[in-house]
Amino acid sequence: MYFVSFPVTAGEKLRGKLSSACPVLVNLGTLQGVFMTAHSTGRKDEALSPQEQAAESGANALQANPLSKGPEGPAALVLAQEGEVVRVTLSGAWSLEGTLPSQDMQRALALLGKKGVGRVEIGVRDLGAWDSSLLAFVVDMRFLADKRGLGCDLFLPEAMQELLRLAFAVKSREGSGRDKKKLGFLESLGAAALAFPARLSDVLEFVGDIALALARLVRGKSAMRGKDFLAALYECSVSSLGIVAITNLLFGLILAFVGSVQLISFGAQIYVAGLVGIGMLRVMGAVMVGVVMSGRVGAAYAALIGTMQVNEEVDALETMGIPPVDFLVLPRLLALTLMIPLLTVVADLMGMVGGFLVGISILDLTPAQYIQSTINMVNYRHGLVGLWYATSFGMVIAFFGCYHGMRCSRSAQGVGRATTTAVVHSLVGIIVTTAIITIICNVLNI
Amino acid sequence: MTGGSHAAQAGIQGQAAKSGQPVIVAHDLTVGYGSFVLMREVNFEVGRGEIFFIMGGSGCGKSTLLRVLMGLKEPQQGSVTFLGRPFWPGSLADRYVARRRSGVLFQGGALWSSMTLAENVALPLEQYTSLSPAEIRSQARLKLALTGLAGFEDYYPSEISGGMRKRAGLARALALDPAVLFLDEPSAGLDPVSSRLLDDLILELRKSLGTTFVIVSHELASIYAIADTCIFLDAATRLMTARGNPHALLEAPDTNEAALRFLTRGEGRDKVLAQGMH
Repeated sequence: MYFVSFPVTAGEKLRGKLSSACPVLVNLGTLQGVFMTAHSTGRKDEALSPQEQAAESGANALQANPLSKGPEGPAALVLAQEGEVVRVTLSGAWSLEGTLPSQDMQRALALLGKKGVGRVEIGVRDLGAWDSSLLAFVVDMRFLADKRGLGCDLFLPEAMQELLRLAFAVKSREGSGRDKKKLGFLESLGAAALAFPARLSDVLEFVGDIALALARLVRGKSAMRGKDFLAALYECSVSSLGIVAITNLLFGLILAFVGSVQLISFGAQIYVAGLVGIGMLRVMGAVMVGVVMSGRVGAAYAALIGTMQVNEEVDALETMGIPPVDFLVLPRLLALTLMIPLLTVVADLMGMVGGFLVGISILDLTPAQYIQSTINMVNYRHGLVGLWYATSFGMVIAFFGCYHGMRCSRSAQGVGRATTTAVVHSLVGIIVTTAIITIICNVLNI
Repeated sequence: MTGGSHAAQAGIQGQAAKSGQPVIVAHDLTVGYGSFVLMREVNFEVGRGEIFFIMGGSGCGKSTLLRVLMGLKEPQQGSVTFLGRPFWPGSLADRYVARRRSGVLFQGGALWSSMTLAENVALPLEQYTSLSPAEIRSQARLKLALTGLAGFEDYYPSEISGGMRKRAGLARALALDPAVLFLDEPSAGLDPVSSRLLDDLILELRKSLGTTFVIVSHELASIYAIADTCIFLDAATRLMTARGNPHALLEAPDTNEAALRFLTRGEGRDKVLAQGMH
């Protein structure tokens, strides 16, 4: 970019050459002839620009880029400053699909922030077809002028003035603006810590709601419908049976393979039966069912209830005096809590079948040896501990699925977030619960 | 709102604007779902710069007809041309060209919930123009200001009211200064002042940018205030039973009875005319 100063007399000679795209700094007088002819075509305008007056009075320097080629020429703006007045003249065809004088537009906006500027005048000359690309620039100029306390005079076509009137008809609501400041790591940590008590209180409130709903159920005053409960039972039992069976069969196979790698070197492959049996019955069967069900059912609960929140279906229940927890949460919570232990029994059996298949096909054990070894090594107490895990997992998964659904924000994004968070919290909950129960079992020597 | 000068002005502008090639021509359209016919033998033209209303009782097929005109649903029979190009039947490419020239305001706003209002408006500009990010931001601010949402650029749709969502949807529809705007129940859910501002905006956009409007609405105040032409879809006969300027239809002796009942809110032509309720 370069700037050239021209004396007034040179201006006339250069008038024909000033269509260069390069920004030039010229005396306003040189441009007088260029802007003397106003055109009007269609929705084009003929409003006089303040530049003409400025030209006559011999204003100071101005910047032009590119100079107008008439209404059909490219969009252009001329920027001039006379004392404390900034004058902007717009010309050419302005279109969202065309090329805009972006640099000049930025320069004009920047000029409003400089010292010594008290007023801005925006006018048009040789303006061709225009659309909101021009309007947006004018609005920006006026917003900025208002913000800086500058006067703003508009010499624009009537149609444009009317649209501007509409744009400014509804004032920006006080306090509606957003502070876009991004929090740093420590600030985020602090904000999370400060938000934790409220979050915990909300979780506990939901626990309380469930407790009250259970109390209503016991007293026979619950709004829970039997068929909703049956549907929930079906969804988390029969519908999930296939996936639970397959995953646990494969998990049993994997467990047997991994275990046999070391045991076979000691000739102790017979202990694979105990490893798989105890592992599956005591914890792994329940954990596998928990993981599968948190993805399959917990996510579905969050998405379903979340979508109901978006559609105001939950509000509709409340306005009718039906507690949403009774109607939506209780059937799902009870169904999953009841069904996960049963699924775990299936999972345990399938896992042991997997181990059995490895034992008789790879480890040279006979079916009778494997079964007898399992009976000898596996105690029924392992199975009971496994069911304890499973029941706890059922409650955890249903709780987080329903909680995040009920607290879902009213948007598609909110439903997605609720679903993801429900799964993540369920998985974390399963691990934490496993740790707690394991410690308790160790302490009690179970 | 009385019709008065507001409507007269709209009528004059509409006549002036109607000259030239029609923007939309619907010929012998049959619309419906599967084998079920909602409306048949629908014929009309929408002129450039015209404000065209589709009226009718609930469930008569107004929104379905609009979906056909927007290219979202294929008619069971008949043809549609858009700016002189085939639309239905037509290639997907033809329909994409037409869609690029049109904007749509859906009933509920249909804003993308993961984006702020400014981002919602900016997305079509990012896709179809070479404007700089600052210019796109300015455009978004302008379009939101035009719809009365100045200052709400950084809000998410879930953080604003239903009426505001609708206005933001209109701002998004205006993003590319489309030649044709399809509005599905634009005034529903808006307060009277916002509704009047919307009418003013429609008139101004038509006047300044030559925008054509195809509007599905039940709002008689808006219909009388700004419509150049309206058609009435009759659910009972499944036919388009009236077409013309709403004031002219109100006064014409041969206007279809169902259309007249709609235009007079069932109160009778004489009462409406006497009380200047149109």
